Amino acid sequence: MSEGVILENANPMIFQRSGDRMVTASEEDEDVHDPIDDREIFLVRSINDPEHPLTLEELNVVELDRQVNDTESTARVEFTPTIPHCSMATLIGLSIKVKLLRSLPDRFKIDVHITPGAHASEEANKQLADKERVAAALENSSLLEVVNQCLS
Amino acid sequence: MRNPQRSDRGTMAAESPFLLSLVEEFVSGLQDSKAKDTATAVKDGQFTVLQLVEALGQSLTSSQPHTRARGVQLLSEVLQDNYGALTEREVELLLAFYENRLKDHYVITPPVLRGLLALTKSRKLPPGSAVSMLRSVFQDVHVQSLMLAERACVYNMLINLMESREDELKGLGADFVFGFVQSMDGERDPRNLLLAFQIARNILLRGYNMGKFTEELFEVTSCYFPIDFSPPPNDPHGITKEELTQALRAVLTGTPKFAKFLLPLIIEKLDSDVQSAKLDSLQTLAASVGQYEHGDLAEFLEGLWSSLRREVFQTSSEKIEAAGLAAVAALTSCLSRSVLNSDSEDSLSSFLGLVLRDCKHHLFEPDLKLVWPSAKLLQAACSASYRAAHSITSAVVPPLVEQYNSRTQCSHRRTLLEVAQRFIQSTASCQSVDHDESLFSAYKDSLCSLVFSALSESNSSLQITAASVLTSLAQQPGLLLDSDIELAVDHLTRLLLTDEDERVSVAVVECAGAFAERHPAAFITKLIPTLKKEMLSDRRESSELHSHHAVRQRCLSALAAVSVRASVVMESAPILLDVLGSAHADPDRFSVDEVVCACLSLQRIAERVQDGEDTSRCFHDVIVPRLLSLALQAALQNDGSSGRRSPLVEEEVLSSMVPVISTAFSRLQTFAEQTASRAVSLFLDGDVSFLPDNSFPPRVQLLQQQQEDSSWCQTQLVCLLMACVCSLPRSVALSQEERLLSELEELSCSCRHPFSYTSAAKCFAGLVNKKPQGPSLDRLIQGVIKRVSSELDRPSSPLRTQAFTLLIWVAKALLLRYHPLFSALTDKLFTLLDDALLGPMAADSFSLLMSDSADVLNRGCHADVRIMYRQRFFSENSAKLVQGFNAAPQEKKANYLKALSNIVNKLPKQVQVSELPALLSLLLEALTCPDEGVQLSTLSCLQPVLINPPQVLVLQLEALVSRLLALIGSPAMKIRMASIRCVLALSRFPAHEVLPFRSRVLRALAPPLNDRKRLVRREAVQARAEWFLLGSPGGR
Repeated sequence: MSEGVILENANPMIFQRSGDRMVTASEEDEDVHDPIDDREIFLVRSINDPEHPLTLEELNVVELDRQVNDTESTARVEFTPTIPHCSMATLIGLSIKVKLLRSLPDRFKIDVHITPGAHASEEANKQLADKERVAAALENSSLLEVVNQCLS
Repeated sequence: MRNPQRSDRGTMAAESPFLLSLVEEFVSGLQDSKAKDTATAVKDGQFTVLQLVEALGQSLTSSQPHTRARGVQLLSEVLQDNYGALTEREVELLLAFYENRLKDHYVITPPVLRGLLALTKSRKLPPGSAVSMLRSVFQDVHVQSLMLAERACVYNMLINLMESREDELKGLGADFVFGFVQSMDGERDPRNLLLAFQIARNILLRGYNMGKFTEELFEVTSCYFPIDFSPPPNDPHGITKEELTQALRAVLTGTPKFAKFLLPLIIEKLDSDVQSAKLDSLQTLAASVGQYEHGDLAEFLEGLWSSLRREVFQTSSEKIEAAGLAAVAALTSCLSRSVLNSDSEDSLSSFLGLVLRDCKHHLFEPDLKLVWPSAKLLQAACSASYRAAHSITSAVVPPLVEQYNSRTQCSHRRTLLEVAQRFIQSTASCQSVDHDESLFSAYKDSLCSLVFSALSESNSSLQITAASVLTSLAQQPGLLLDSDIELAVDHLTRLLLTDEDERVSVAVVECAGAFAERHPAAFITKLIPTLKKEMLSDRRESSELHSHHAVRQRCLSALAAVSVRASVVMESAPILLDVLGSAHADPDRFSVDEVVCACLSLQRIAERVQDGEDTSRCFHDVIVPRLLSLALQAALQNDGSSGRRSPLVEEEVLSSMVPVISTAFSRLQTFAEQTASRAVSLFLDGDVSFLPDNSFPPRVQLLQQQQEDSSWCQTQLVCLLMACVCSLPRSVALSQEERLLSELEELSCSCRHPFSYTSAAKCFAGLVNKKPQGPSLDRLIQGVIKRVSSELDRPSSPLRTQAFTLLIWVAKALLLRYHPLFSALTDKLFTLLDDALLGPMAADSFSLLMSDSADVLNRGCHADVRIMYRQRFFSENSAKLVQGFNAAPQEKKANYLKALSNIVNKLPKQVQVSELPALLSLLLEALTCPDEGVQLSTLSCLQPVLINPPQVLVLQLEALVSRLLALIGSPAMKIRMASIRCVLALSRFPAHEVLPFRSRVLRALAPPLNDRKRLVRREAVQARAEWFLLGSPGGR
């Protein structure tokens, strides 16, 4: 981060990272079927914030409180921008959506939106829900570049 | 113009025609090789340099500049080989000639410089000549308009003269520096820059007078800062950016006189966007202040601080953060070092004032991002000197304590506590002997009460942090009073006995270990008796059986952790032995797990205790005999086979006793020899006299097989014999070794109990490995080979597995020491790969041959292990294996592949990579082999190689990718995971090579996202994410 850039929020709150999931005996057992659960969708925690060298989890943008239903193949993720006027909200949402698209089986219906009341504008929700707009955004190579940087 | 030359030649009678022809061919004939011939001839004494000059007369005075140049060139090249033989007079004349030639036509300059360079190496250089030579060079030559090699010539001349004529050059005064500055101004070649930086470094270090040219010298070198250089591919000169950076840094940081130029430059470069420039600037700053006085720094402190603060506060890279912190520490230590005069202001306190102003308040916002960067900056300053640490701790610690007390949220308190702990730790380096008072003694009471209150909280992460603060406090010499220590021990004991959280107990045990090292007395009087009472108490009836088990485990590991000092071991080891004793006396009292844990604790004690006569006596006179006695009692008692059997006959327990005994023999050697010979007579003659609780029958025969079913209880004790006799240093001779070996051989070949015959084979092998070279050893080995072969060659024999086990262990013992008879055993092993019954076992045994064994035949127990025995084995045998594979019938091929992958798996990475080309086709074949064991072991040996792929793999990419993708569908989850991991490694291959596979791989990785096993899904998610980034903007 160079001198000229002034961060929107230079000293944000930091939250603790949760540790890696412990491997249980049943997970190592060939015969047990492990359903896809909330903790597994929480892989979005490791997405990098576009501004800080911190993850979304450390900034508490995402929390381990989502609704995943393996049998119905649905996943809902809510996220909370650090400040209500955060200009990065759409980008963060897009990164989460792309991460899930790449990581979940394609039978899943993925719904990513801002926690109600956490942001001044709800415009981002509409954009994220619109399949075609998401696809179009990913055709834009400079946008894809920023998303990939958040995901790498 | 040739003819007139020829006609003149007759007049020079002294010259040999040979010399003339050499000169002629070099100058006019342009044959460069003649220079070498001439130089050799001069060296051989066929003619002198003087004669050469005379012979060159014509060419040197020719009207053609090119002819003159050629003449000078011949002379210079001859001098390069012959400067050593010149007399002072000759040097003087040659110098005068060369200096004069510098004023000649420009084409003559290069050979003149080469000649001068040769002369600078001469020891006969007359006084004053260095000065005159340099004056003419600086005056008549414009260095930067010369070619690369000639510029190097000038720099080398300077380097040579600086070595030999330092005083004369210093006599030139600032003119020398000026001349050098002019010569290097604008240099672009990295090779020459290295030379120029060396000269500049010499100027600074050896105290040349720079006069008014200090700034010029700085300018002419600092213009390269920070170094930006990437060597061309296949660079033959091998100059690296790092090399240039170091050389330049040595110049820039060479003198405090540069401070006023360098510091602003660094502040400017820190603003750069280029990460490497920032890093270089920070490292240069840290290196430079080593020589500075506070006066050099004073006016830049404010600017430096704001740049450093920004780098640490906003950094995105750990490297830069670390360099920034190192620079802060270096600055602080420079300021602390300086002696103050009465009139100068105290720049240390004004700098620390800046640091505190910008960082202190962030410490009290424990949930915001800047807590840690601020704490790190303050701690970096703290670590620099006692003075700095004193003023920072006095400013920070009291409010930190106050904050802790006023906060109620556990996460806030934990952060504050962690910050405090880092402060205590950061001062460890600057607590010097001159200050007997600890920096923290003023705050000791408040810190202690903070820690004790945190330990009493119910939040586990708070307790863990508090335990680590306590550890740091204990490590401050002389800080804690006896009463504090007692209180701490009380808290630790309470947590050990009551706290259920595993992470807390790990932290508490660690803390107790650190404490006990410094304050053993408190542990002997308080902790150990309490633990003893707790552990030996009988709670079978109580409902909390499960939690009691956990308490016992914690007590056992705590006992091991605190036993570092001999005085503590004397108290703690008997308790552990009592646990074993009462487990034997009453089998229901302790579970097998707990008994194993007790042995593990004894092992940890044996590994960590300070070696000395006391501890050695304790182990050899008390612990080892007691263990043997208990094991023997259990074995004999079990013969009656009534009721529950003692846990001490379990294989698991005996195997955990082995490392206790073997560590005692290999580490604590004072009484080892005596105990070993007692153990031998126990096993050979049934001599039980040295065992405590002696109520044994008079003649126990432990190594003899009896007919009863339960005799395995006795024969398996041979593993304890192995622990005793196989861990001694090679210099210790064993009594009755021959007899022992023959009984062990008998037992290992005839016993039916697997643990017994395996242990006997291991014990035999351990002794064979240490036996001195010679005919008696050869005879022994040949005897074994004969016996084993005759057994193995009878397919109906019931003892083939036993023979095979002995074969493989003896083979390992010989492989480790490079014994020549080893090959006889390997050949046997290879033939067994085709064996119907033993084939798979033989294939597996290669992994035993190649890996370190935990309890015998390793360096820890003083075995004879040559370096690189694995490589040697591989290079001697891989060809045989490949041949055997090709010749084997289809159904046996799997054994060869498994053997191969077992071997390759254990080779060091470099060898794997270099051997891979020869084996790749076989390994790829192994991936298609239906045997899952072969697939898995091949995948695990491929994966490390894929991380740094050799060229040959890249060529076989198509085959590799399709085989790996096929294995993703394997029914075994381990294979699915391993193959996905290999696919992940493929994504790091050169992008242009793997890009064509991208869509295929992404498609193949979609099904495992829906795998029924979570662990497989996890690997798939990771691999797929990387492959998505490949070739995508912003990715890779």
